[in-house]
Amino acid sequence: MATVRRDTIIQRSASDVWDVVGDPATIHQWFPGMVDCTVEGKSRIITTRTGLPLPEEILTIDNSIRRFQYRVLLPVITHHRGTIDVFDIGENRSLVSYATDCEPDAMALIIGGATGAALEELRSQLESSKEN
Amino acid sequence: MARKILFVTTDQQRYDTLGCNGGVLSRTPVIDALAAEGIRYERAVPQSVVCMPSRSTIITGQHPSTHGVWMNGVPLPVDAPSVAAELNRSGYKTALIGKAHFEPFMDPFGRFTENMLARSGESTFDNSWNDGSVGPHRGFDHLEFATHGGAGMLHYAQWLAANHPESIEQYYSAIDGLFNVNATGGGDTGAPQVHDNPIPKDRYHTDWVADRTISWLDSLGADDDWFCWMSFPDPHHPWDPPMSELHRVDWREVPLPEGYLQSREERERVLDSKPRQWRLWYDGELVSNYEAPKSWVPATLTDDQVREVNARNAIECELIDEALGRVLAAIAARGWDDDLDVIFTTDHGELQGDFGLLFKGPCHVDALMRLPLVWRPAPNANMKPAVVTKPVGLIDLAPTFAAIGGLSPAGWMQGKRLPIDDGDADDRGFERVLTEWDSELFGVGVHLKTITRSDWVCSVYAPGTVHDGTEGELYDLKNDPLQFNNLWGETASAAIQADLVTDLLDNLPELRTPRLQCEAPV
Repeated sequence: MATVRRDTIIQRSASDVWDVVGDPATIHQWFPGMVDCTVEGKSRIITTRTGLPLPEEILTIDNSIRRFQYRVLLPVITHHRGTIDVFDIGENRSLVSYATDCEPDAMALIIGGATGAALEELRSQLESSKEN
Repeated sequence: MARKILFVTTDQQRYDTLGCNGGVLSRTPVIDALAAEGIRYERAVPQSVVCMPSRSTIITGQHPSTHGVWMNGVPLPVDAPSVAAELNRSGYKTALIGKAHFEPFMDPFGRFTENMLARSGESTFDNSWNDGSVGPHRGFDHLEFATHGGAGMLHYAQWLAANHPESIEQYYSAIDGLFNVNATGGGDTGAPQVHDNPIPKDRYHTDWVADRTISWLDSLGADDDWFCWMSFPDPHHPWDPPMSELHRVDWREVPLPEGYLQSREERERVLDSKPRQWRLWYDGELVSNYEAPKSWVPATLTDDQVREVNARNAIECELIDEALGRVLAAIAARGWDDDLDVIFTTDHGELQGDFGLLFKGPCHVDALMRLPLVWRPAPNANMKPAVVTKPVGLIDLAPTFAAIGGLSPAGWMQGKRLPIDDGDADDRGFERVLTEWDSELFGVGVHLKTITRSDWVCSVYAPGTVHDGTEGELYDLKNDPLQFNNLWGETASAAIQADLVTDLLDNLPELRTPRLQCEAPV
């Protein structure tokens, strides 16, 4: 199993960031390449820009430690766990970590590789909305 | 009316695969004729020996450290400098047809322009340019993409799916079920990435790239100035040319390459004299980069497999030469030949049996670093045929295109327009070329930098997971053209080693910050 982790610092409070990250139905608004998202209970289905449906199981939404976890359910992926953590680092700033543990290994790079761009978009949206 | 530019690249082609460079396996009369009329470079060196960094160097005219694409999977930012944009801004019609690979192929989210363009029906997308303006993607107002097989999202795959869907599966599957580079063998010898492909020749991607190039040229006005990058995916593995063409080179009659030592003992002695990743890769204990099949052990390579790989590679080179001939005939029929500059090269080489290895890796030797490069200047430019022995780099292509187009080199270009002979090279200081390797794959990091100068190649290793930073390679190209004798650390070569290392460190390129991230395997 391979692991990929991306992180970023956002000039917004952990509470503000968690309001976005902790809402599983809005990931397509900040994850580049996701164009639609539906949530029913613990089931989430993402649609990517290529038309690929990604069924997922939501594993954790922990408001106390600001952790969101999910796994992609595709036959070609024998194991996946995505973990997004939001840390309060003071002075109204947050550290956001997005980890991808996956098997087959190459899929960790394919999925996890996109998470860096997602964090960058998240940072951009949150910091620009603060300015506005 | 200005000079027109046909820029032809292949993928992963060795210097010695052309007749004009002494190659004997493949017949390449078209390129050989261009070389006879123009300038043939005997020491053309890439700035990276993998596709995305090298292609990014070609278009930006910058070292990998500067443009930031340090390995496959790292996308070149859409607003990176582009010589195509410079030409486009000056009025050139611009096209890239074939393999681009500035952006990753593995893209289930559809984040990259190259992957999403084919289904859009558009010729290009508008994107930001490095000067803050907006223009066609990377400066090309016409884009049609292909890669090494029939599957995927690119134009060639879409064309095949629409017109000949049965041919998609005829190609070798470059990726296996675990999304690794496929190690499955085929052909007569079971060599990895060798496959019998029943696809008709006129559907094969080499002919498609030429057909689409001719079609684009047909769309131009007689007085248009144009820059066309025609980019063949071959002879990069998989080695699966149309079966109808296998008669061209009988693998059983292929001589073993000089760089392939038949004696296992001798081969392993040479490998052991090099930094440790060489032998670890050979023994199947380390794969430092995604491009080599993870489950294939090079030590299992047989003499016949080397012969068959080389035979199929030669066939693919012949098909490219013939396709280029068709394009040149179409250009001549338009009456453009006297105004036409043709530059032929590749992005990097292929080990192809040297040292008992195939594919590519952190191995800065001639197999990967000595490239075919031919420039046939426009006949009306009245340049004399020449052979240039001084070192040049792919980094010098962008300023060369600018110069052909009557433009001054942009400030961000780090190379110089190619010399037209050795005297010109001496006058303008073509002394050294640098090459970089940076790979980080699932916790394995390998980092080296190399200087090619005069008759020497010297590589310095940074500390990583495999190296402690004391390792290096030093080869005397004149007396050891196959790089069998690593002189690094030997007393007799200490002075030249120190001089080369100092020269390398004194000329390191500007480093892009922050560092770009790897966003896909390839």
